[in-house]
Parts: sequence; C-alpha cells; structure tokens
Amino acid sequence: MPISASFRRAIPAASCSPAVVDKRSRGKRAWKGKPNGMDPLLELLLNAVVAGLLLGAFYAAVAVGIAIAFGMLDIPNLAHPAFVVMGAFAVWLLNDAFGLDPILAGILCLPPFFLLGVLLYQAYYACFESRGDNALQGLAFFFGILFVTEVVLILVIGADYRTVAAPYIGPNWRIGGIDLPLRMLVPALVSLLMIGGLHLLLTRSFIGRAILAVSQDPLALQLMGASPVRTKRLAFGLSIATAAIAGALLIIIQPVEPSIGREFIGRAFAVVVLGGMGSFVGMLMAAMVLGVTESLVATLFSPSWAPAIAFGFLLPTLAIRAGGLMGRKL
Amino acid sequence: MSLAISRRAALAASAGTMLFPGTDLRAQGANPITIGCGLSLTGALASTAKSVLLSAQIFVEDINAKGGVLGRPVQLIHYDDQSNPANAPRIYTKLIDVDKVDLVVTSGTNLTTPAMPVVMERNRLLMATLALAVNDKFKYPRFFQTMPYGPHGAEAISAGFFNAAMGIDPKPKTVALVGADAEFSKTAVSGARDQVKKHGLKIVYDRTYPPPTVDFGPIIRGIAASSPDIVYIGSYPIDTAGMIRSARELGFKPQMFGGGMVGTQVGGIKADLGEALNDVVSYELYVPAMADKLPLVEPMLKRYQPRAAEAGVDQLGFYVPPQIYATFEILAQAVQGTGGTDQDKLTNFIRATTFKTLYGDMAFGPDGEWREPRMLHVQYRGLKGQGLEQFKRPDAHVILDPPVWKTGDLRAPFAGGKS
Repeated sequence: MPISASFRRAIPAASCSPAVVDKRSRGKRAWKGKPNGMDPLLELLLNAVVAGLLLGAFYAAVAVGIAIAFGMLDIPNLAHPAFVVMGAFAVWLLNDAFGLDPILAGILCLPPFFLLGVLLYQAYYACFESRGDNALQGLAFFFGILFVTEVVLILVIGADYRTVAAPYIGPNWRIGGIDLPLRMLVPALVSLLMIGGLHLLLTRSFIGRAILAVSQDPLALQLMGASPVRTKRLAFGLSIATAAIAGALLIIIQPVEPSIGREFIGRAFAVVVLGGMGSFVGMLMAAMVLGVTESLVATLFSPSWAPAIAFGFLLPTLAIRAGGLMGRKL
Repeated sequence: MSLAISRRAALAASAGTMLFPGTDLRAQGANPITIGCGLSLTGALASTAKSVLLSAQIFVEDINAKGGVLGRPVQLIHYDDQSNPANAPRIYTKLIDVDKVDLVVTSGTNLTTPAMPVVMERNRLLMATLALAVNDKFKYPRFFQTMPYGPHGAEAISAGFFNAAMGIDPKPKTVALVGADAEFSKTAVSGARDQVKKHGLKIVYDRTYPPPTVDFGPIIRGIAASSPDIVYIGSYPIDTAGMIRSARELGFKPQMFGGGMVGTQVGGIKADLGEALNDVVSYELYVPAMADKLPLVEPMLKRYQPRAAEAGVDQLGFYVPPQIYATFEILAQAVQGTGGTDQDKLTNFIRATTFKTLYGDMAFGPDGEWREPRMLHVQYRGLKGQGLEQFKRPDAHVILDPPVWKTGDLRAPFAGGKS
C-alpha cells in the first residue's frame, strides 16, 4: 500500500525515499538490499518498526528485574543495570574460557545471581527495610551498590571492552525486504522466552502467587501464614537472576565495559513506570513502545531526538493513566 | 601467626600505596621529581586511562632504573577522577597546592578542559595528552599537547579521510555525516564539515545520535536511504562497533565508510570486529607499518602487552602507550635540559626544542600543539574472522594519509568482510 503523499512530505528530504535522494545526489544506491518491489518508504518504515520491536524486547529483558524489584516489591534497585553488566562479564568469562554459547552461559549464571540477589536483599532488609528506612536510604544504598559493582568489575576484570563470539553475531536474515540481524533477533527471542517463563511462574506457581500477594498486600500474606520477608527474598533473588540473562543479551548486542550499566538506568525505570508498576504485560508493551519510537525517529528524523520523543510518551501516558499502561495487574 | 601478620602488613602497605600514591618516595627522603595527573581509572573512560597509567608506570620504572633525572627519582602521583569532569578542578588543586607536584599532566579532552583554569591560575606548565583542540579557546602559553593533531586539531581528525576520499575515481560527490552527541565527536564532525566545503562535496545526511544508543541499524538505514557516496562517522568505541556491525548486517556499501571512529584503535574492539573492519577507514596514532621508522616503539610494546593483559586493558597498545611514553620522555628531557623544574625555563625549553622520543621527533608550535600534524588515516585490510594477532601484521593497516607515511592507496567501495 503506498504511503500517503502528505506523510512523505513530512519526512525531511535528506533522510527519506532513496528515489528522491538518488535524483538529487545523482549517486548510485549504496544500500545493496535485494529489490523486492516494495515501496522504498514503506520498506524503511517496516524495517524501523521491526528493528524497534527487537530493541524493545531487549529493553524488556533489562527492565524485567526492575519490574519485579521496584514494581512488585517497592525496592528501588538502581543497581540493577550494574548487575546486568556483571552478568555480561560473567558470560564473557565463560565464553572466553570454555567457548560456551553466551545464552547457555547466561543460563548457567542464573543460580549464583539468584543467590547474590537473596544475600543482597537480606542485607537491605536488615539495614533498612526492617527499620522502615527503605525510602531515601534504600535509594542511596543501591546507588552505592552500583558504584561498588563497577569498581569491583574494573579491579577484578579490568576496564577493557569485552565481547563474545557466537555464530549468530554477524549474520542477517532478509525476509521480504525486512532485515532481521540475528545479533538483535536472538536476544529478542530469548528475552520474550524469559519474560513468558516468568509470567507463567508468577501466575501458575505457589511461590509466584505469593510474590504477587506480597506486592499487593504483605500484611494479608502474613495473616495467611506466609512470611513476606522470605517471599520478598526469593522474589529479589529472581529479579537479580534475570540480570544474568539480560547481561548475556547485552554482550551479544554490543561490547561492554564496567560503567555501561549507568546508561540503562533511565530507560529501564521508564519502561517499568510507563508499563505500570507490577505489570509484566504493561512493561513489555512499554519497552516495545520505547524501542519502536526510538527506531522510527532514528530512521526517519534525527537519531538525537529519539530518546526525547520516546520519553515524551511517558508524560502524557502518566497524565492520562497515572498507574501506567497496565496498572498493577499481571 | 607471623604469616598472618605479614599478610596483614602487606595488605595495609598496598592499600596505603593505593590510597596515598604520592607518599612513599618522599617519606623515604628521596626528594623525587613528582609528576601529578588525574586519571579516569573508573567510569566510562577507564579503559583508556588505565592504559595511560600503565604506560606512564613503565616510563617511570625505566627512568628510575637509569638513575632518575638529575640524580633524583621520578614519582607519579595520580588520582581517579571517575571519568567525571567536575572532579578535575579538585584533583589538580590538590596536586598543585597540597602534593606540590613539580609537573602536571592531564589526559583526555573532557578532563583537560576543566583542569585548565586551575593550572592557569597557578601559572603552571601543563602537558596534556589525548586532548583535542583544548587550547584553541584558552590560548595558554604554558600549554603543550602530545597527541599529533597539529595546529588545527578539529581539521586533523578528518583531513586525511577526505584527502583519501578525493582519490576515488570518479570523485565522490555526496557525503553523510553522523556523530555522537559528545564533545570529541562533535568536534570531529565539525572539522569534517569544513573538509566537505573545502572539497566541494554535498552533504545529504547530517545528524547526531545520543551516546547511549543500542541499535545502530535504524541510523544506518537512514544514512543508506540518502545514498551518500562516502560516510564520515564520529563515534565512541561501543558506537563504533555498533555502526560497523549494522552496516555489515544491512549490506550497506558506500564508496568509503569510516571517519573519526574512536575504538578502532583499541585491541578489544579490533579483535571483536575482526574481518568486519576490512575496508573501514579510521584514524590511528601508531601502526606496525611504522616500525621501521620508529624502531623503539615495538620493544616498548612488547613490555607493555603482557602487563596490559594482566591489567585487563588494551592489549595491543597502538593507541596510547607510545604517545604517553613520549610525553614523559619530553618532561624528563626538559627537566634535564633546564637543570630543574622552574616552570618558565621548562616552558621556554619545550617551545624551543625538537625532542627525540620513541614516538619520533616532536616539536611544538605557538599554540602548544605539534608543529606539523601526524594523524594517520588507515584502511584495514586482509583481516579474517576475529582475533587480535592479525592486527600486528604491518599490512593489516594500510596508511592512506599523511603522504610521508603512506603505504598504499584507498580500496573502494567499502565491501570487505562479512555481508
């Protein structure tokens, strides 16, 4: 279906239809994609949307741990992206030393990361939550953990850029004019699997329902004979465990260095708030909205506007729906 | 028990050295010549700064093994600025006022700029490294900079790229410019715009992107849609990897692709990209093809590389170590030549002298930059798969510019590597 002429006019000439630019620049078409009969602008748009969905799925993998910790347990774990980077370094170690596939390495890292989360929550509970100091002090605590994690990574592993080798880093599938770089596609699929698995765990298992209950009414859970602290400990362990997988996905997509986690703090929290505290479906939708918006703006307008416009969605959405896209329901 | 105590004592001693790095030699009454610098040992710039530190430490070991300068040992005093420019003024105030260092060295554009007022206020000589066009605005007469940008820093980052591009037959007519929203990239792309005007090219895409960009596919598609003949990119290491990977994945093949891409010089990024780097044109500061004319660099790198592997920093060392080692050589020669650390005498000596260093002859112009630029623009060739060792071959980097160092002509279009 042809794109309307008015929309075509709305796009800056320098970054729109190759046909228009070809005439002006008299250059050969540098993009060597196979001709497929699709309108060039439509092809550009569809590619931008698909790239945005893949990017959004990755954002969701980073944000899911925060959706559990912050959205369900009210624990402002600002350090989560640092644990994602730690996960990436753990995956790098396994990939570099034993040649393990990054995804498999991420799965192997789940138990130690779960344990780390359990221990971290225990410290947080003992120092802050049990005393009712879990607001500003908790925030400062996790901010400190963020920096400590970075410094530990630099001291233990070094400050150099680390990457992994995997057969799906490099190849690209082109289906009907749509590009699917496996470097983005594989992380997106793994992310969706992880979020789907977590969704099932939370909705179908006893411990999952207990986690949902503690996020809604810890007192009621206590009255039912279950320990809110124990439940939150397990849930926080689960949230940190997701960082191992998210780290594996991160290092597949790009090289990592110890401080790179800071760049994801804003995006990850925005995804959780936009999606609605405690809602996985909302979180996934918000991540996709953010990814697609960024991708469309970067492709058709100016990349530097991408985060501003993507975050611009946050304000009107929260003004209309204070609880985010999907509120607290799961 | 005695073992436990000695371990504890060793730990305490090493912790003390880390926290108060400038206290040991002075405490021993050795009257060292002290060189103070702020280094980004944590944060986003840690990778480069750790390499700077290791190179400086190797120099200090070498010079002290030869008896120091003027019979005095050389001591490095450094503090971590956490890659945060706001920390630089505090650090340099402490270095000059409290530690009373004899000489001041800075590293990096973003960290040199905020240090300048502190140093200028105290009339101290400033030896900057890895700093792009910082003195263009300050015009401080005691400023010297050892990155080979020459008197027109912004231009030097892109001049070689465009000189090589104009050798393509038929000559390119259109260009796409893209850079990160950050100081170095903006300066590089701004210099590229001047080159575009100079060579009469037409800009068909001119955009910036925010530094935390994850997927560069949409940007490459936007560029490809404007069908440029050549693409000039000003990027940082992770973005550089993302740009090159996305261009390969999408089969984007302009006549020439590259630019002021930070990261193509660093071992970790080189090894990861491997054959994806084939035909990319970027800048370098040293490549093995120069080894014949700069014979002292390779022996130094042979000592640097194993220690870099242990420290987890750039394992090749082409980018930072030769230049940093030469920076300290200049300071040592100046102190030796003037017989002390008088800042006036040192300034005049450095301005008037052509220094013999392992990085070649170095002479400074009135603005404190190299009199003649020596930014290399290279094209990566003959790379297969991934891996670091292949970059040690002289033919892996074909020098396109400057002419005096040229080892080959540009290969166009940008087609090598996986597609």
